[in-house]
Amino acid sequence: MSKTYYDPADLRKFGDITEWSEELGEKFFDYYGKVFEEGALSAREKSLIALAVSHVVQCPYCIDAYTKDGLERGIEKEEMMEAVHVGAAIKSGATLVHGVQMMNKHKKLSM
Amino acid sequence: MTKKSLSARKNDLSNPQKQLEILSNGIFKDGDLPYFKDKIAETGISPLKPGKLEVLQLNLGYMCNQVCSHCHVDAGPDRKEIMTRETMEQCLEVIRKTSAHTLDLTGGAPEMNPNFRWFVEEASEAGIKDFIVRSNLTIILANKKYHDLPEFFKKYNVHVVSSLPFYKKEKTDKQRGSGVFDKSIKVLQMLNKVGYAQEGTALKLDLVYNPAGAFLPTNQELMEQDFKKALKRDFNIDFNSLFAITNLPISRFLEYLIASENYEDYMYELVNAYNPEAVKSVMCTNTISVSWDGWLYDCDFNQMLELKVASSVKHISEYNEDALQDREIIISQHCYGCTAGAGSSCQGTVA
Repeated sequence: MSKTYYDPADLRKFGDITEWSEELGEKFFDYYGKVFEEGALSAREKSLIALAVSHVVQCPYCIDAYTKDGLERGIEKEEMMEAVHVGAAIKSGATLVHGVQMMNKHKKLSM
Repeated sequence: MTKKSLSARKNDLSNPQKQLEILSNGIFKDGDLPYFKDKIAETGISPLKPGKLEVLQLNLGYMCNQVCSHCHVDAGPDRKEIMTRETMEQCLEVIRKTSAHTLDLTGGAPEMNPNFRWFVEEASEAGIKDFIVRSNLTIILANKKYHDLPEFFKKYNVHVVSSLPFYKKEKTDKQRGSGVFDKSIKVLQMLNKVGYAQEGTALKLDLVYNPAGAFLPTNQELMEQDFKKALKRDFNIDFNSLFAITNLPISRFLEYLIASENYEDYMYELVNAYNPEAVKSVMCTNTISVSWDGWLYDCDFNQMLELKVASSVKHISEYNEDALQDREIIISQHCYGCTAGAGSSCQGTVA
């Protein structure tokens, strides 16, 4: 057993999850593959969205995967960093917008 | 970025035997990944045999004005291996009678061979259909004696294939050396000016994209669109086609993979991207590669690994196309580089 929770080599074993639940695993990977095909959004745009979300959900496997995916697609590092900031802005905004709840509660409780 | 070849640095990896050991040990010997011969046997190909000969590729020497970090030839200014006029004459004999429709001159920088122009003049008379020179572009600005090469290429209707790893300066210079991008752009403009890739001329100028790092090339058509848009917008440059080429894990790219601890991941990626369709049209099935000293190989990569053709005919001086066509192609794990994704060859994707 690995002594750490995350091992970079585990990323390439992702497909193995199908071994213990074939039907669900296959359905998931079919869906996953379909999601990233060219559609109303380009595969390139989807790659940048995936990179931003990877940071927000703080998935180290996803960050490795979509950094490489971006490099393969010729996405520039400045574009990647801007995408990460979009994720960070939403995440910090999500924290800060709760400040309104704090203000509401504060006002309600105060004379 | 290093300024010397593996050979000049007396690095272990300048020894092809050492490279082949690395490519057969570790993850392959332990059974984590299949050997290439077992993988293609799954596709029903065993052994791999040549199809119709289409391309004769000649390596005019390993000398180059650049020391690119990914170079599979380990070329550089310190390499002295250069094809002699005598070997060139033997090649001309073959060019005059070969059934191949394409002659492909490579290096190093083939233009640095002192007999380059004489050879191009002679070879062009042989009436070969497609006559390619693989130019690194910067050689044309490296010395006054090369400045007129665009005109020379035009005169002999040479099809120019040039490396340009990316349409932006940073990635190009990281891989090929400081200042290479600006010079490459200037030379592409010179080639356009004499008529290359211009409407109304038959002068062909293709570019080669290869990833600047441990990742695979993406869709060749999409990348071509990006290159065309960016080079036109930023530098008013036109070109015909983009060839996306996968970096093979040999020589200086292998050195980089090992030093950056990317070797295993890269090999996994190549194997996972194995495409049975690509293996059916890998370039070794339609190409013969000739080294600077006249030995024959299945491809340029096998040449660098010193894996001579498995045939009774092994040298240009004894060239016999029928005998060569009957050979088995020599393979090892580096071959996964040509079968990944849409496949890879000196002419770009194959599947």
